[in-house]
Amino acid sequence: MSTTQGAASAIQPAPQKRKGPSPLLWPLAALALLLALNLAFTPGFFHVSVKDGRLFGSLIDVLNRAAPVMLLSLGMTLVIATRGVDLSVGAVMAITGALAAWLITTSHAGVPAVVCMALGLALVCGLWNGVLVAFLDIQPIVATLILMVAGRGIAQLITNGQIITFENPGMAFIGGGFFLGLPFPVTIVAVTLLITALLTRRTALGLFIESVGNNETASRYAGVNSAMVKVAVYAFCGLCAGLAGMIPMSDIKGADANNAGLYLELDAILSVVIGGTSLDGGRFQLVGSIIGALIIQTLTTTILSRGVQVEFTLVVKALVVLAVCLLQSEGFRQMAGRHFVRKAA
Amino acid sequence: MSITIHARATKSTATEGFAMPEPVSEPQQSAVPLLSMRGTRKQFPGVLALDGVDFTLRAGEIHALMGENGAGKSTLIKVLTGVYPKDGGEALLEGRLWEAKSPGHAQQCGVSTVYQEVNLIPTLSVAENIFLGRQPGGARINWRAIKKGAEAALARLNLSIDVSRTLSSYSIAIRQMVAIARALDIQAKILILDEPTSSLDADEVARLFSVMRRLKDEGLGIIFVTHFLNQVFEVTDRITVLRNGRLVGEYETAALTRLELVARMLGKEVKDLEDAPRVQHAEEVRKEPMLRAHGVGRRNAVAPLDLELAPGEVMGLAGLLGSGRTETARLIFGADRLDCGAIEIDGKPVAISSPRKAIDNRLGFCPEDRKTEAIIPDLTVRENIILALQAGRGWRKRLSRKKQDELADHYIKALSIATPSPEQAVKNLSGGNQQKCILARWLASNPRLLILDEPTRGIDVGSRAEIERLILKLCDDGMAILMVSSELEELARLSHRVAVMRDREKIAELSGDAVTENGIMQAIGGAAS
Repeated sequence: MSTTQGAASAIQPAPQKRKGPSPLLWPLAALALLLALNLAFTPGFFHVSVKDGRLFGSLIDVLNRAAPVMLLSLGMTLVIATRGVDLSVGAVMAITGALAAWLITTSHAGVPAVVCMALGLALVCGLWNGVLVAFLDIQPIVATLILMVAGRGIAQLITNGQIITFENPGMAFIGGGFFLGLPFPVTIVAVTLLITALLTRRTALGLFIESVGNNETASRYAGVNSAMVKVAVYAFCGLCAGLAGMIPMSDIKGADANNAGLYLELDAILSVVIGGTSLDGGRFQLVGSIIGALIIQTLTTTILSRGVQVEFTLVVKALVVLAVCLLQSEGFRQMAGRHFVRKAA
Repeated sequence: MSITIHARATKSTATEGFAMPEPVSEPQQSAVPLLSMRGTRKQFPGVLALDGVDFTLRAGEIHALMGENGAGKSTLIKVLTGVYPKDGGEALLEGRLWEAKSPGHAQQCGVSTVYQEVNLIPTLSVAENIFLGRQPGGARINWRAIKKGAEAALARLNLSIDVSRTLSSYSIAIRQMVAIARALDIQAKILILDEPTSSLDADEVARLFSVMRRLKDEGLGIIFVTHFLNQVFEVTDRITVLRNGRLVGEYETAALTRLELVARMLGKEVKDLEDAPRVQHAEEVRKEPMLRAHGVGRRNAVAPLDLELAPGEVMGLAGLLGSGRTETARLIFGADRLDCGAIEIDGKPVAISSPRKAIDNRLGFCPEDRKTEAIIPDLTVRENIILALQAGRGWRKRLSRKKQDELADHYIKALSIATPSPEQAVKNLSGGNQQKCILARWLASNPRLLILDEPTRGIDVGSRAEIERLILKLCDDGMAILMVSSELEELARLSHRVAVMRDREKIAELSGDAVTENGIMQAIGGAAS
């Protein structure tokens, strides 16, 4: 293997492009299975109707409802790829929702200006997390826990403890409008996914994120500015959370500092993990995370439309998530494979 | 570990060229030794870590266990203390056949170990640490007894401190003493000190030594593992030297010179020197140095030293493990910060405060620990190769995929990296091929000075010769190379000049005809003759 001749023969043409199965295989299989079950057992799940040029139906509903978690999971994917985690995204959603609702009711600023200001605040939140993690070397869980706890307090300060409601068709369009026949949040997700993919794969950022997450010391010695990479991903994650925060605020035409985005950080982390990005950092799968979020939402919608007793919903959800995670686990697949082979023999 | 290289180095070839005293084989003096291990064998997958090692410890002696990395020192200690089960051989403790079943069992039998990284709990009090896991007084903890016991245990070491304060409020030296007090308080007959002095300053070392001498007078047997040669000669009575899992010999410290000890630890290369790559010392036309380091140093790592490197020159950094050779390489690259001194490149002062800055000044660095500091294991060969170049260009100017493929293909061919495809994850390659990927990473970024820390460690013979040839070729092309290696023979062959380190100081610089294996060994040993 290591003699010169052996090496030389190994280099000769032979560009075998054979790689393992795509990392998206298992999440896609899980989603397909869920949909197949619905096709068989949930009447009307695949029924899509058109009213006034707008699409309606369970599938559309899944896409629409999953939008906030899909947005969160995009930012979360990059953070997790650097071997971090951001627990504050739910709270950041509440903060930006509160700021946007407050601005739209108290100022004369237009919708674009209000959204930009809210996203600016989200960016600051993300930067705060990034600085704590990258420069002060605080563990990501602890660093982002600070804002997770404080964030809802900040949101309540903005809303003065009230639920701010507004009547503004422009603002209501973000969460409730339709674009090209689909709910507008779907467009937001698609555009954000596209920008994120371009940003990470058309520049060297993706490589830097993966190398820092996989081996930070080695990356630093190779000249990668690991601190800046980390600040950037947390800032981006904050921005995604801000964007996600616009949707429920617009949808209910109000800001609920207590409940907006509550526990969504956990759904986002779950989506990322289901989507095939390891919590150990390194390789990340943006599309995988989107699929992960869709799996979670499909499951929720399925349970609701099947009329499963409310007490069981969370248990069922947990079981499915467990199954997907086991499918993802190399060790489990090998174990199951060995068992299967033994039985067959 | 360079097992493959040394496999044939045996006791007899090791001492060639030196007049060595024979290993002591005195008549057993005090009848039964405290501990006697015979023919100890330990096999790890692919490596015979201990191959029939004998070791004898007498009551009332301090016995140094010496050897380079991979010699088997720590494996021997771990077999002795029951961390690993042994695969062969027997041990007699005070004349009775004995085997430690676990570290706890070893401790109960009076074999206590104090490790390099003090393994106590910093947030507990000193007294709690001394009695942790064996508090007197049943279910209810008798705090007064604990306090008294702790004070008594420390008094044995002439140490009087407030035992109710947390351990973390004391210096490392005190913590070391507390660890020893804990070890001794378990009725120890044998005390094993594994690199106890590596984080201590001179005064603290002196204090530790006085404690060790007192314990020795009390009849304890102390096994002292260290890399500091001076300390061995200062405090020990006997020395056992291991190399590549085998016993080289046991010697009276007084009968051995430092040079002889070094020769035994390093052994002599059994290698066909004829077709091995060798640097030409003929034309000694010194060019203007490109890098000049004045008095660079770092507390507890390297004493201030000077270095100069000219283009087209290989500078070797020699010394035993822990001599400061790796630390020096890291300082120049900015992996660790300088405490003092300055670095000039082309006569202009530069601040190398981070690897990033070093790379901006066109330095490259292949670290000693390939796994944790060099490769990005899950990324592909291609990504690993282009990483430094891409990092230099910044995130916005991404190398096109075509350019990346070209670079990867070029270096895979140029360095004969054996990989099924550039898209293979680098963790799946052999050690030698991983090392070539790291070299390729730096070559792609076109450095003027390449710092190589143990570039051939853990690499099979074939890749090794290729890497050596590459080093010489790069230097012919005008690159400056600073190379750390524990293989003296390799250093002597490849270096134009060699800086020799001992006990964290640069003690000599050899050039021209003085760059020989023997010459380097003489310098490390301090030319005692």
